[in-house]
Amino acid sequence: MNDIKLTVNGNEYEISVKPNATLLDVLREDLGLTGTKEGCGNGECGACTVIIDGKTTNSCITLAVEANGKEITTIEGLSQGEKLHPIQEAFVEVGGLQCGFCTPGMILSSKVLLDANPNPTEEQIRKGLEGNFCRCTGYTKIIESVKAAAKK
Amino acid sequence: MEYPANDDYNVLGKRLPRKDAVEKVMGAAKYAADYSQPDMLWCKILRSPHVHARILNIDTSRAERLPGVKAIVTGKDFNGWKWGWMPETRDESPLAYEKVRFHYEGVAAVAAVDEETAEAACELIKVDYEELPAVFDPEEAMKEGAPVVQDYRPNNVSVQYNWDFGDVEKAFADSYIVREDRFETGKVVTGFLEPPATVAYWDPSGSITVWAAKQSPYFHFRHLAACFKLPLSKVRVIQPFIGGGFGGTKNDSVAADFCSVLLSKKTGRPVKFIYTQQEVLNTCRRRHNMIIYNKMGMTKDGLLTAVQSRVIANGGAHTAIGPLTMYLTGFATGLPYKLPNYKYDGYRVFTNNPVSAAMRGHGTTHTRFACEVQMEMMAEQLSIDPVEIRMRNAIDNPKRGEIYRTINDVTLKTCGIKEAIQIAAEDRLWAEKNKEPRQVGPISYGVGMSGTSYLGGARQRGHQSCGAIVRVLEDGTVNLLTGATDCGQGSDTVLCMIVAEELGVKYEDVQIKRVDTAYTPVDAGSYGSRVTALAGQATKLAALDAKKQLLEAGAKAWKVKPEDIEIKNSAVFLKDNPEKQISFTKLAQIASYEGSGAVIIGKAYSSYGIEPLDFETGRGSGGISYSFTAQTVRLGVDMETGKTDVTDFFIAHDCGRPLHPVSVESQNEGGAVQGLGQAIYENFVMDKGITRNDSFLDYKMPRITDVPVIRVHDIITDDPDGPYGAKEASEGSHVSTPPAVILALHDATGVWFKEQPVTPEKIWRALKEKSRK
Repeated sequence: MNDIKLTVNGNEYEISVKPNATLLDVLREDLGLTGTKEGCGNGECGACTVIIDGKTTNSCITLAVEANGKEITTIEGLSQGEKLHPIQEAFVEVGGLQCGFCTPGMILSSKVLLDANPNPTEEQIRKGLEGNFCRCTGYTKIIESVKAAAKK
Repeated sequence: MEYPANDDYNVLGKRLPRKDAVEKVMGAAKYAADYSQPDMLWCKILRSPHVHARILNIDTSRAERLPGVKAIVTGKDFNGWKWGWMPETRDESPLAYEKVRFHYEGVAAVAAVDEETAEAACELIKVDYEELPAVFDPEEAMKEGAPVVQDYRPNNVSVQYNWDFGDVEKAFADSYIVREDRFETGKVVTGFLEPPATVAYWDPSGSITVWAAKQSPYFHFRHLAACFKLPLSKVRVIQPFIGGGFGGTKNDSVAADFCSVLLSKKTGRPVKFIYTQQEVLNTCRRRHNMIIYNKMGMTKDGLLTAVQSRVIANGGAHTAIGPLTMYLTGFATGLPYKLPNYKYDGYRVFTNNPVSAAMRGHGTTHTRFACEVQMEMMAEQLSIDPVEIRMRNAIDNPKRGEIYRTINDVTLKTCGIKEAIQIAAEDRLWAEKNKEPRQVGPISYGVGMSGTSYLGGARQRGHQSCGAIVRVLEDGTVNLLTGATDCGQGSDTVLCMIVAEELGVKYEDVQIKRVDTAYTPVDAGSYGSRVTALAGQATKLAALDAKKQLLEAGAKAWKVKPEDIEIKNSAVFLKDNPEKQISFTKLAQIASYEGSGAVIIGKAYSSYGIEPLDFETGRGSGGISYSFTAQTVRLGVDMETGKTDVTDFFIAHDCGRPLHPVSVESQNEGGAVQGLGQAIYENFVMDKGITRNDSFLDYKMPRITDVPVIRVHDIITDDPDGPYGAKEASEGSHVSTPPAVILALHDATGVWFKEQPVTPEKIWRALKEKSRK
């Protein structure tokens, strides 16, 4: 077991993890943060996206020990209590979701995109979200949601 | 876009936020894999490395001795129980016990203290196999002497329909032109992101509770009761949020569903499993890959005279829902164009491949693709424009009170295909296609059009109706209970809107939770675009039942007749004297506290879809109503590499009336993009029954950078057999996309492609071939 320190959504955790435990496993099973989803376990679908030190990361192919000392944002860290983050509000208002399984990852990728580029073009939105699969919406309403979030 | 019209709805037609949106954007929506129980064990399945083999012996002794292993089950523990869609085709056991018939079929299951131990235990189970000759190509499997996959079908034909309407021979003889072509659809999968998962518990009272990722929990409810010989009242399926369905796998049970329950029975502890996506792509249900030998006749004016389709479907190792697939593949060929003569010979064939089953656009997608492309090939021969050929053949919208009947008795009360084709033809994508440059550098641009229809309110044999319960609470808020599942399509939102509309209350005051088979009404399931149509009707009637009870209580208090009272925007007033007014909350209190205290519960079930339907002859209507779609596609093909970039979709779609326009658009957009995947990207690479591209990286579903700009235009036809005129949305656009894309590819390259998916390699080869000629 390895002792690591993680800052997740502003809270500090000191935990012992197996050397082969993924960050996704630790978030979901040790910290109970099940908003981060496992779709493929191979870093292909983006459902497990979290933000580590400002960058989107597939937590299913990141070892927990690699995240030692880092600052992590998961979907649970975006809203403040019941107050939604403007990106979350935009996804609700536009309807940028169906089954919702890709939504946490999609929203976190949108956040990193908009933090770096508050007024992205449609092409930049597509580029920013290209690591996140959605099988339900055909992406149209996701793109519209990000555009609406940019205006907030 | 909002839809004012006949009834001036207060809630329906509005762009309201989805009921589940806030939980989903917060990451608070719990899916099956997010559930845990204290003391829970993990289940893993041991799978066969062979595609076809006899199981000689299974030795679990070493695995049993591994610390942390609590129980192991093999196929024999299910005592020969098998399941399948029809009594005569029940040919699949939870775990294989005499033979394995496809690669990675389950042979044993382990419950252990954690996932790693369960996996390690699987590796310690020793299975002795005797490999058997195998067959993978359905046409090979139909030949005399081919290896037999299922002993009860020695000719390997799992399902066969031979239907004959009119006189195709005479019609072909009288036709001006006749064409015969071979088409083939791809080997594709639903592609949901959430793998199947369950937490199962067999409690000491002998009841089962499962939290299962099921698109239609009541299928699973019946499977579990039958498998474990329990009364239905002792089976409880609790539906978490569902991470996508699209038919097939999540409308069925998987090996671990049964194994986790049995392992829980054996250990007395809850047992959880989560399939890996690799397990999904290798072993779960996939769409049938079909070969369609299509023959079509036309008059000199391009009017269809006859269609004859001989369809060979690669069924894989078990039947599953195959009889319905073969029915749906044949029954709708008379839509959306008038067809006077039709013959269908459908064969679903067993092979040693993973099992084929339903997927969005079920059945129709294969034959519509063949007919749509062939029709345009013939139009070109006759020098008839693509719009003109469709308009000449399209079915007219029946006048109110009239019914259009196809040659095999599919009945329509509304049909927006002509309007859809006209709108699509007038839209800039089509109307201005020749104003845009056709060639820019190596890129050749093309535009294609298709027309299609898809059933809504799908009917199968057996239980058909949906039920609803509307519970009005004393503070004027409302709970809706249905057995219908929202697996992402937005039906919970639509059903709550219906309750709010009928009761005259605010949408925010209506709540819905997910299915729990211990409490919610029994339901046929979420498939074949049936929820809005059937659960919608049930919900409307249940709300009216609750309203009746409320009005009776109000009438008693006000000493008037119930019909004198109106409820609107959460206010209750006298029709003749709107000054006399109380809040809806007050009325709910009056009703609830009157006398000994009433309990206001409205209940109803749907009644649409009870006309006769015959799978053997192909006569009858497979749905209660039909959507119609015309779609145009613009794309560019790199003539040097064959790479295709699809830039635009325009979808004119008749869903009767969109009740929640956001969901209707999103369903159409999503259905179309899934169809795009099938048309040009997705295909399982099969190597003697082994799936070689069992990851999303290699399977290649469309990403956000691959998809076009999509515009959706709604056509309003207000079907009498749908709540508020509604029909289906999304399966139509899923079916219309592949032919529209493939016709656009023809426009760009001059090549007729007849096999999906049309990959860059196929385009490149076809262009090489063409330049040699």
